[in-house]
Amino acid sequence: MAKGDPGVSTRGRRAVPRSRKGATGDPELVQLLTPEGERIESVTGPDGTEYRVDFTDEEYRSFYRDLVLVRKLDAEATALQRQGELGLWASLLGQEAAQVGSGRALRTQDMAFPTYREHGVLYCRGIDPIMPLGLFRGVDQGGWDPNEFKFNMYTIVIGAQTLHATGYAMGITMDGKTGTDEGEAVIAYFGDGATSQGDVNESFVWASVFNAPMVFFCQNNQYAISEPLERQTRIPLYRRAAGFGFPGVRVDGNDVLASYAVTRHALDNARHGQGPSLIEAYTYRMGAHTTSDDPTRYRIASEVEAWQAKDPIARMKAFLEKQKIAGDDFFAEVDEQAKRESVHLRERVLEMPNPEPSSMFDHVYPNGSPLVDQQRAQFTQYLESFEGSAH
Amino acid sequence: MSRVKEFNLPDLGEGLTEGEILSWLVKVGDTIELNQPIVEVETAKAAVEIPAKWAGRVQSIFQAEGATVEVGTPIIAIDTDPTAGPLETPEPTDDAAKASSAAGEPAKGSAESGQNGDAASGGRTPVLVGYGPRTTAAKRRPRKGVAPAAPAQAAPVPAQPAPVPAQPAPVPAQTAPAPAASGPRATGNGHSGPAGGARVLAKPPVRKLAKDLGVDLSTLIGSGPLGSISREDVRQAASATVTTAQPLAAAAAVGSPAASVGAHREQRIPVKGVRKLTAENMSRSAFTAPHVTEFLTVDMTRAMKALDRLRQRREWRDVRVSPLLLVAKAVLLAVRRHPMVNSTWAGEEIVVKDYVNLGIAAATERGLIVPNVKDAGRLTLRELADSLTDLVQTAKAGKTSPADMSGGTLTITNVGVFGVDTGTPILPPGESAILAFGAVRKMPWVHKGKVRPRQVTTLGLSFDHRIIDGELGSRFLRDIGDFLADPEAALLAWT
Repeated sequence: MAKGDPGVSTRGRRAVPRSRKGATGDPELVQLLTPEGERIESVTGPDGTEYRVDFTDEEYRSFYRDLVLVRKLDAEATALQRQGELGLWASLLGQEAAQVGSGRALRTQDMAFPTYREHGVLYCRGIDPIMPLGLFRGVDQGGWDPNEFKFNMYTIVIGAQTLHATGYAMGITMDGKTGTDEGEAVIAYFGDGATSQGDVNESFVWASVFNAPMVFFCQNNQYAISEPLERQTRIPLYRRAAGFGFPGVRVDGNDVLASYAVTRHALDNARHGQGPSLIEAYTYRMGAHTTSDDPTRYRIASEVEAWQAKDPIARMKAFLEKQKIAGDDFFAEVDEQAKRESVHLRERVLEMPNPEPSSMFDHVYPNGSPLVDQQRAQFTQYLESFEGSAH
Repeated sequence: MSRVKEFNLPDLGEGLTEGEILSWLVKVGDTIELNQPIVEVETAKAAVEIPAKWAGRVQSIFQAEGATVEVGTPIIAIDTDPTAGPLETPEPTDDAAKASSAAGEPAKGSAESGQNGDAASGGRTPVLVGYGPRTTAAKRRPRKGVAPAAPAQAAPVPAQPAPVPAQPAPVPAQTAPAPAASGPRATGNGHSGPAGGARVLAKPPVRKLAKDLGVDLSTLIGSGPLGSISREDVRQAASATVTTAQPLAAAAAVGSPAASVGAHREQRIPVKGVRKLTAENMSRSAFTAPHVTEFLTVDMTRAMKALDRLRQRREWRDVRVSPLLLVAKAVLLAVRRHPMVNSTWAGEEIVVKDYVNLGIAAATERGLIVPNVKDAGRLTLRELADSLTDLVQTAKAGKTSPADMSGGTLTITNVGVFGVDTGTPILPPGESAILAFGAVRKMPWVHKGKVRPRQVTTLGLSFDHRIIDGELGSRFLRDIGDFLADPEAALLAWT
């Protein structure tokens, strides 16, 4: 266990659950901040691990800032799609805490494998939020250097990235880069729907058998597009891990503090050579699956309202206010910053240049290929054969 | 760049071509903020609100509520700097209702607007995802002839069964300089073209050109490699004057006198949306369920008087009470007496339902839709009246959700509102009975031994003869008629 981590500590096994007062009525859920903004000092997970966080006021405020910014930038992207500036957008609305909590739990050397919705994790990795927008605007193919940011490319194929992540994690072990505080770990993001994919289950098998240093981070947002959770599983998802031979835990995915604590613990276990674990962040997708989806067709308003009451930002704000950690000035300043950054993001999206059509042949092979060169030449000739037409 | 910017309807899903304006959330003259919701649009995928792309003042609204708008069409113009004094150009009309008739008008606006402003380099504007229309003149050179010898063969083929061109060239000769690699295939394949039903070979830009010029590619013989059709071929075909007796669609405008009113005085409407769904449902139902239709003419005078008395009651004063309400009640009571009518043929078994989701066929601007009142059998008359009013208003507003339209078990179609007496309705798929309610008219009727003017209607009941025999169907219809002839007595007798 990494000692002296900022903000997190986990102590021995079988600690007595002290402050746990059934805030959600769900004994399986690790929670450190109730929807009303009450802090719970510590919680014991299903395997006896005790989770607690102890942040400075400044750190608490920065969690809040990240949550608000991530939501605002996401809203801006949704608006841009509605205005015809993006082809598609997968909103993270409602899942900010799971992403910011887990994203901030990553250490510099850790590697993340996102789906196409991890805008919050991307932000917490310190990456410019403009990066994935070229993909959604259709002006690039979503390619970036995963090594530069320790953040793999967005993966649209459901669950595929868990295999990539597992292979990467196995490589870390083979390179002997585990076993110390400086050890590397991998986090793979996926959703509840992906747990029904063969890829994810295969990843579980390989990661388990090879003791790969990785964390499977499942954001259970209750719907695989329109398919509800009860069509995916008969047991809570986190319990599936037991069958594969590694620990699983369910965390309140709308609680940024618990999401941080649980992820940090799992990552540290992994980097110290203790193998994989599964985290089920129990949350809710407040918006549509993507901008092409209409959630009112498959879920009812009262359900959405019930989750609205568990909003991750509202509870953090309530906590900061109650504890007098932050006041109106701070909240206004954060809102102002969020607005500024979203306007800036918008301006830069509108200025994104359209690519040259022949650029699709770039980056196919690192050192080029005669066949691709030939195709490029043919394509160039073909483009030149147009006259007058705008197409 | 003009300070007035037009916003074109974007592709709100992936690959959508149109959307329907449900409602405007702003009006001309309103000051709006960036990202303020301005309009609600329904597409084939979802109903969504569009946020304003610019802050400013609403200058004009081009599309009225209810209009179906193609992607890329301007829907609103926003003055992005309203404090800068009056505009140079006269203000466009501010009447949204007139907007749809002024379909031609946006052309003027878009010329002044520079589309979405932020023109990117290369003269393209980011209207939609990827490429917007070019605003600068294209600079590409004309196509260099790949097969310079051959374009003249592109004469349109007369519409005879065998495509024998006027100047039939021997097949190998047309192949022009076929690439050596594709030799054997080229001779065999390239020219089966029009007659063989094989796909015509043409590159996408050539197809586009042909579409623009109204040339049917399948009538051409290509001069390009593998017999593909070149731009030149299309051009030739487009300019050729067709003098044959059967004019080709492409060139019809020049030919026969009739052509002045359009190709064949026929309009071609793509089958999609509600029309397509209706067509599928109707033909599926008509050709799977053996329909029987029976008619019954009823004197509704007493019932109409009862309705009047109902309207006068204080608690019913602001409720919409129509004869349809009584018909609905009659159907629900009759179903209770003959539950078998409310059933579904499910192949190996018949599913008889204990609940009635009462469908009401409604004519809307989008076409026929059949929303239903869920579990209508449990509603009081008042609840039923409110539900029917809701349902009709929702349908008229175009806001009926898919859930409202699914799960119907028995339907009423109120053809009387169109002023006709009755009909032989087709069953909605999965239902076993549908009642047509005709117009209620004053007609001569034998009443108490004398001919009197009475308010008479005709009911038409279609039912699925696999489930419902003539006897059951007749008794069911008879009960509905009995109720409508004397609702008070029927209520006393049956409930």
